[in-house]
Amino acid sequence: MKDNLFKALLFTAAVSVLLLTAGIIYALVGSASEAFGEYGFFGFITNSEWDPRSATEEYGAFSFVVGTLFTASFALLICLLFSLPVALFTGEYFKGTKISSLVGSVVNLLAGIPSIVYGLWGFYTIRPLVVDMGINSQGFGIFTASLVLAIMIIPYASSLSGEFLSMVPDKLKEGAYSMGATRIEVIQHISLPVAGSGIVAAYILALGRALGETMAVTMLIGNTNHLPKGLADTGNTMASIIANQFGEADGLKLSALIAIGLLLFIITAIINFIAKLVMKHLSRV
Amino acid sequence: MEDINYNGNKPILQLKSVSVAYSPDRKAVNEVSADIYPNTITAIMGPSGCGKSTLLRAINRMHDLYPSVKTTGEILLKGKNVLQMNPIEVRRMAGMVFQQPNPFPTMSIYDNVLAGYSLNGIRLNKQEKDRIVEQSLVSVALWDEVKDVMTKRGSFLSGGQQQRLCIARTLALKPELLLMDEPTSALDPISTNKIEELLLNLKSKYTILIVTHNMSQAARISDNSMFMYLGDLIEYGNTRHMFTKPRNKKTEEYLTGVFG
Repeated sequence: MKDNLFKALLFTAAVSVLLLTAGIIYALVGSASEAFGEYGFFGFITNSEWDPRSATEEYGAFSFVVGTLFTASFALLICLLFSLPVALFTGEYFKGTKISSLVGSVVNLLAGIPSIVYGLWGFYTIRPLVVDMGINSQGFGIFTASLVLAIMIIPYASSLSGEFLSMVPDKLKEGAYSMGATRIEVIQHISLPVAGSGIVAAYILALGRALGETMAVTMLIGNTNHLPKGLADTGNTMASIIANQFGEADGLKLSALIAIGLLLFIITAIINFIAKLVMKHLSRV
Repeated sequence: MEDINYNGNKPILQLKSVSVAYSPDRKAVNEVSADIYPNTITAIMGPSGCGKSTLLRAINRMHDLYPSVKTTGEILLKGKNVLQMNPIEVRRMAGMVFQQPNPFPTMSIYDNVLAGYSLNGIRLNKQEKDRIVEQSLVSVALWDEVKDVMTKRGSFLSGGQQQRLCIARTLALKPELLLMDEPTSALDPISTNKIEELLLNLKSKYTILIVTHNMSQAARISDNSMFMYLGDLIEYGNTRHMFTKPRNKKTEEYLTGVFG
């Protein structure tokens, strides 16, 4: 009797979460349908015009999709330069030592810093540096946003890939050492390939984080609604345009913003799905 | 130790007062001295924790991987002191086969055999590669079983085949000495049998040092045997003599199963 009650309780909770997810998707799709109806799904995502003036009103998501992918991939590139060495440090060179867990915890501390704090730091510390470097006059833009974004995702990429590196069995490494391989050769030919798909998955997940990151990016990217021409240019990401404009939006514009939200959700879901697939492949090896 | 089988040869490996300590107050191997002769199989026996694997791993400097482990004494391989050589050179001269078969899971069978070359950054042309792979696999009697599945991963093979692949991978580098750390303890009796036959065949070309806690294995394949107990080398001599008439009381107790 008690058992059945508990089962029913668990079942209800599980179904509610499913319904909740379905409800969110339903609401997003419902509110986005006006924009999609007006421009068509592909028309909406391939149009780079974003013009809220009532006479020439026109909305397209392309600038923001490009802004998002551009910012996130450049951030991932910078992140790689720091997080891979950190992962090798904690998961290979100093595996299991005190210094390794110290470095690991400090890096993980980065993940605990709220986004808005990163935004502030980026605004008052990094932006002036970018101005001094002469990249652009105001210091806002893709470059600045990517730089701060990169630091924000380092802990996600490094802790997971360090974990996968530390799981490479000692017997494989000893096998390689016993044939005269040096440490670098063991890392290059054994550790990295064996942990490879795990490391790739870690970076895909970090990319997923970078795509959805809003606050810090909004504060630094310059918020201009055009297709970014390069790293030094300003722009907007899908998350930042929503954060900037939802307050005074209604009608078609609101629907367009929600449509962008839905797109972001789809992209992130695909990215996470790919990461899961890659990890599944890893567990088979 | 006057009864050691040596076929009139000079020793290829000389251990002189070799000690290995995991920490200053924990000696795992204590002042072991012994001469190992070419083209023989020498078994190192003893109960768990007697230091037999530790001694074996001192010979190819595997202890270097763990900075807290200290090896002292002299280990002369073809007259050169291993402890003063470049460990990479030592490890190419003394190949090692481990307890658990450890083919590299990201490499094909073909690439596993050549791993010693690719790991060391040695480039070979296709003909050389094919020749080395075939020779090495033939010498471990694996060629016929795998010649049609060369591109499959090493982990695709059975445990016994994996272990023979690992031996082939070691032989591919043409070592002077084969160090085997309980190579059959993870295998079934049939695979064990095949490996033992293989070792008897390899003896004509290589010198084999094998750690085993399977006494009958030592009796079946080795020319000479060492018996170790609590880090000390208790007895070293002709295997047949040792099994029929051990000189030391401890050896006798071990061989008759009083402890083990």
